[in-house]
Parts: sequence; structure tokens; C-alpha cells
Amino acid sequence: MRGTTYKIFKYTLSDLLRSRWILGYALLFAAVAGGILYLGDQPTQAVVSVLNLVILVVPLVSLVLGLMYHYANRDFALLVLTQPVHRASVFRGQFFGLSLALVLAYLVGAGVPFALYAIANPVDWAQVGLVLLAGTLVSLVFTALALYIGVAQDERVRALGLAIGIWFALTMIYDSLLLLLIVLAEAYPIDPWVIGLSMVNPVDLARVMVLLKLDTAALMGYTGAVFNKFLGSNLGLLLAFLALVVWVAVPAWRAQRVFARRDF
Amino acid sequence: MVEVEALTKRYGTLEVLKGVSARFEPGRVTAVVGPNASGKTTLMKCILGLVVPDGGAVRVHGENALGNPAVRAKIGYMPQDPRFPENITGREVVAWIQELRGSRGRDLESLIERFGLEAALSQPTRVLSGGTRQKLSALLAFLFDPPVLILDEPTAGLDPLASSRFKDLVAASRDAGKTIIMTSHVMSELEELADRVLFLLEGTVIFSGGLEELRERTGEAKLERAVARLMEGA
Repeated sequence: MRGTTYKIFKYTLSDLLRSRWILGYALLFAAVAGGILYLGDQPTQAVVSVLNLVILVVPLVSLVLGLMYHYANRDFALLVLTQPVHRASVFRGQFFGLSLALVLAYLVGAGVPFALYAIANPVDWAQVGLVLLAGTLVSLVFTALALYIGVAQDERVRALGLAIGIWFALTMIYDSLLLLLIVLAEAYPIDPWVIGLSMVNPVDLARVMVLLKLDTAALMGYTGAVFNKFLGSNLGLLLAFLALVVWVAVPAWRAQRVFARRDF
Repeated sequence: MVEVEALTKRYGTLEVLKGVSARFEPGRVTAVVGPNASGKTTLMKCILGLVVPDGGAVRVHGENALGNPAVRAKIGYMPQDPRFPENITGREVVAWIQELRGSRGRDLESLIERFGLEAALSQPTRVLSGGTRQKLSALLAFLFDPPVLILDEPTAGLDPLASSRFKDLVAASRDAGKTIIMTSHVMSELEELADRVLFLLEGTVIFSGGLEELRERTGEAKLERAVARLMEGA
């Protein structure tokens, strides 16, 4: 049974890399990063544009593609689970395959334009590297969340509704609420709390992680500024990175447990 | 040999298995019969580990089967409505299962010939008819020569030729000493193949024994009539 995870991983990855969705997803990043690099000639602007996609599009696409893949492959899972394989291996193989497909599409789509641009122009690789890392981590977080929703929810329409609700809450509502809280509590020293609260949101973490290195305080938003002020950019970066890793590990681990115990 | 002991399972408030105990002997075909929703499929899925029972024990060849996927190497399974990954061909499905099992199985070509699958195997599985998918499922169940076969409505959708060839294969497997657990709504088919009957009603075993015993108990010569009698509460 050793190697089951790898076999499932290989199958899932090669299946997904042939999908038009993944290709389109990579092209989207290539178009945005390439377009801004060549039209605007400002690498930092391009990094910020890619970051905006990381914050809005990567979570949505990872959730929706993850769920679509999960439901389209229930027959496959059923067939595999009647074979002498551990359920945990099947889950891990699917999770790794799905995540790597999304991450590869993102890295190739967003990374190649920068690499080509760098041939003739100066590029700050620390900035580019950070946005690539942030996008990778956000892809993993939302793939794990998608699988968690998928294994716990049999009805795909409800699962999609839940996923879009989570996406909306984390990308749109959370920041507004945080801002409201900050305005209301103006008279109190709540800055340390803001750090804690933005750790709760993986999308915020990704934003903070990249913007700490851009030295564009105006773009950082309140949470970024607080991170910078209290933790300095390197410690803030490390903290944001670790929090994102926890955001990948916890949903993935929960999803694996549900998968191991559910009925098929 | 497959044994289940005091198996219980509930889905929410619905109690599907209420303490089912049974022994499935090698060299015998045991027909699991009962009305719809009596727990037949759930019982089979518990043996396979697809459904996790709330209580009780499952042993395959004396080995605990709950939470022990290795025992599935001993089991061939045909589900009620087999489905395969849609974008790959039948041949790729077979190769994939061979890879997963780490075994080529045996007599692949003769199984392909028996079920007339030569042409179908090179097509993506999504274009295959229900009957052809059933044949592919039969091929996968028998390919690894497992000592235990769990067949859930295996002949539904098969044409008469495939169906009779399939039944020959089941009979030969029984004679070779395999443990065969089978459901079907076609009683004449079970009558032809089964040695023993396990009758389930609302998750409880109502009757378990040989075909002769069932006939004596119900006073009916035909299996269909005997089963109908049991359902009426004989």
C-alpha cells in the first residue's frame, strides 16, 4: 500500500493539468502581470496587481475548482476506495494533486512574465518572490478549505453556496468590519488586537506579507501598518507566513479526518 | 469466509442495520434478499469498508476488516451502478487499478473476450452504456482472482449472452471455493446460483439458511414465492 498517495497524486495532477480551467487560470495571471509589466514598465505596480488577484481571484478559483473537482471525482474515489488502499492516502493524494495543479498554474502564469521582463530590466526579486509565495500559500489554504467543505457536505449546491459565502466574508466583509471596529474604538489602544484579528483572516495575512516589503504604506491598509509598527517587517513576515501555514494545515487535517470516517 | 457480527448502522434517525450477524461460507453463493431499503447494500458496503458501521465486527478470512484496508485485496466488488472516471478509457481504468493494486491480475485477455469488451475498452468510459459499464465492473472484480466476491445486482443491464456467461463465471468461482455474496431482484437467477439465503427486513435477519430449508419452512418450491412468504411474515 506504500506509494498509494503518490499514485493518486500523479493521477490527479495529470488529470488536472489537461483541464482547460487550469490553463485559463494560468493565462489570466500571465495577461495581468505581462500586461502591466510591458505597458506600464513598473515592476512594483505589476507586483501589486498580481497581489490583488491573489487576494480576490486565487481564493475564489481555488474554492470553486477544488469543489468542482471533488464532486466530479466522487466516482473515482468510490472506485479507488474499494481497492486495498488507506483512505488517508487517497485524501492526501487528491489534496496534493489538486494543490499542485493550482499552484503550478499560478507560479507559471504570474512568474514567467517577470522572468522574461527581467532579461532586459531590473526586477526586485524579493518583492516578486514574496508575491509568488503569498499566492502559493493562499492557493493551499483555499484548496484545503474546498476539500473540507466537499467531504463534509454531500450536496454540491450547498457546498458552493458555503464556499462563496466564505470567500465573500474573508475578502469583502472582514475588512469592513475590522475598519468599523477601529473607528468605533478610536479612543482605545486596540492596535495589538488588530494584529490578532488579521491573523484570523488568511487573505489579510497574504496582503500583509507582501506589502511589508513594498514600503508603500499607503497600500498597506491599517492592518499592514500595525504589523509594520509593532513587529517590524521581518518578524511580521515570519509571523504572517507561520499563520498561513497553520491555515493550510488545520483545514487539511480536519478534512482528512472527516474523509477517513465518512460513509460512501 | 466472511463473518459479520451484531452489525449496527444508523443514518441520522434511520436505523439501517439492527444487529445483523451472518456467516458467508467459502464455496457457497449466498443470496442476500429483502425488500428495497432493507439494508442489503449497506451490509455489503460495511464488509467493504465503504460504510463505517456504528457497532459490531466484520472478519474476512478470520482477519478484522474494520479500518483494515489490506483485506480489500481479498475482495472483488461489483457495485449496483458502476461508474468510472469519465475522461479515460476502459483500458486506462484497468491499468490504473492494476497499478493501484500493484498486480497485473490474471487472465485479463480471457475476461475481455468472455464479456466481449475488446472494442469498448478503447473508448472513454463516459460513452459506455450501463450494461457495458457493468461488464467492465465484472472484469475488475474477477481480474485479481479474489477469494471473496461481493456482487450487488451484478446482472442488471446485462444482455442475455453476457448474463449467462457471467453466471457461468460465478458458478465456476463457487466451485473453485470462493465466498460469494450476491444480491439480485431476479429471483430465478438467484435460484439458479444460490446455495444459501440471507433474508433481511428493515435491517434485521429474518431467515438465514440453505435453499432447501427455506422451501421447507415456507412450503413453497419456488424461491420467489418463498421470499414473498417471508415478506408476508411466514
